[in-house]
Amino acid sequence: MGDLRLMKGNEVIAEAAIRCGCDGYFGYPITPQSEVMETLMLRRPWEETGMVVLQAESEVASINMMFGGASSGKKVMTSSSSPGISLMTEGISYMAGAELPGVIVNVQRGGPGLGTIQPSQADYFQATKGGGHGDYRLIVLAPNSVQEMNDFVDLGFELSFKYRNPALILTDGVIGQMMEKVELSEFKPRLTDKQIEEKYGEWIASGKKPDRERHIKTSLEMVSEVQEKNNERFQAKYRAMEKDEVRFEAIQCDDAEYVIVAYGVSSRISQKAVVLLREQGIKAGLLRPITLFPFPTQKINQLTDKAKGFLSVEMSSGQMIEDVKLAVNGKTKVEHFGRMGGVIATPGEVVDAVKQKLIGG
Amino acid sequence: MTEEIIIAGFGGQGVLSMGKILAYSGIMQNQEVSWFPSYGPEMRGGTANVTVILSDERISSPVLNQFDTAIILNQQSLDKFEDKVKPGGTLLFDPNGIIKEPTRTDIKIYKIDATRIAADNGQPKTFNMIVLGAFLKAKPIVKIENVKKGLEKSLPERHHKMIPMNIEALILGEKELIEVQ
Repeated sequence: MGDLRLMKGNEVIAEAAIRCGCDGYFGYPITPQSEVMETLMLRRPWEETGMVVLQAESEVASINMMFGGASSGKKVMTSSSSPGISLMTEGISYMAGAELPGVIVNVQRGGPGLGTIQPSQADYFQATKGGGHGDYRLIVLAPNSVQEMNDFVDLGFELSFKYRNPALILTDGVIGQMMEKVELSEFKPRLTDKQIEEKYGEWIASGKKPDRERHIKTSLEMVSEVQEKNNERFQAKYRAMEKDEVRFEAIQCDDAEYVIVAYGVSSRISQKAVVLLREQGIKAGLLRPITLFPFPTQKINQLTDKAKGFLSVEMSSGQMIEDVKLAVNGKTKVEHFGRMGGVIATPGEVVDAVKQKLIGG
Repeated sequence: MTEEIIIAGFGGQGVLSMGKILAYSGIMQNQEVSWFPSYGPEMRGGTANVTVILSDERISSPVLNQFDTAIILNQQSLDKFEDKVKPGGTLLFDPNGIIKEPTRTDIKIYKIDATRIAADNGQPKTFNMIVLGAFLKAKPIVKIENVKKGLEKSLPERHHKMIPMNIEALILGEKELIEVQ
């Protein structure tokens, strides 16, 4: 048994970063995720593991500091909330184009614009369909508990280094602000420069060696034919992720006639709705995508054999529903329920939506 | 056993820390817990509330529209949450500042005059522990010894000297609970 604590999701992100051997965190404060950097500053990991914690002058600076750190093979991360992530999207696209690893955390709040500081899930499109420009994808992990806030930092780094692509932890103000019991990970030491050279020497910018070309970390390529080849390589990675990295949780889906699809806090609210619906004799189930990219398309498609209807529950006007519809592929109806602008749906509202939109409608 | 609780009052009353102590006590008896605060541009004098769930099973939604227990510490919170107590549930309130008392007849109602008691003792900061003690008398969901263990675990060592005072306040709250209906 590891170290058992009662902590906020945001605090756990910080603690997990230190414990998984993160080399550097660069951030700029924004509600509802300011506790990430606050916790790091309080913990002073630079004295313990040598990890750098830096408050940058802006989100644009944070993401570009990540670009630099990642170029030398370091485990680097940042966190922000919706408007801050918008500022970072240029840098994120550059990192994807330069094939650089790193973990970005988005503790979503309501938008558009500065919007509200209350929880939201309206950044699904931004997270999974690009956000920045160009044909790129992020590995998108969606924790729904404080425990997963701990687990997915390490997993995010593992996947981002495996594919040399940025990973995004897409969470929300509820999971960031709530406290739950969490078993913290064991400490892993940071890699030494020698270990980094051994593991990632083939691609990192660690100084020109006599026996190889210079490693230039850039997303710029002026020869179109070469850039097309680069894009083909990126696409091959994304297809490999779709094949090997899909993660989901299916709760009472085996006999489900009505399937709720929800991620993050909405999946927790919907889980309670499933219990309430089952108490009323309605065969409901919950399919929770853990990876939003790659999306559990195949699993959702399999569920259409039994399901009479799907309800996409999101704290948005309906974004993930597009991926649910593609997965269901017209076999049965797909409806959406959500609240917007920082309003949190309640289990009772989800129960009513299943009855009205799937059963009654 | 699952207990779904809302604690609501003014910022500065110790609403969030009372919830945290309750959650920690749940952990000390191997329960699952969740603690979700209202957060926002709120400050001392504004409203504050926290949803705390203690359960023997994995907790689904940390956000609720109905509660087993409402612990109410000001009039705005009473207006907001009285209707959200489940039938047969429990409402505990501090009458200080309450001008319109609860009217539900299908729930258990308790009173604790914690603001006055804390002030009379010259220890206004123990207010929230008096309320917590009263709640644990009405609904003994965690043992006092587990509250003590929770405090020991959650407070930094330099504050451990405050623990006996807080436990005394807890016991005082247990004694002073008034059953209304």
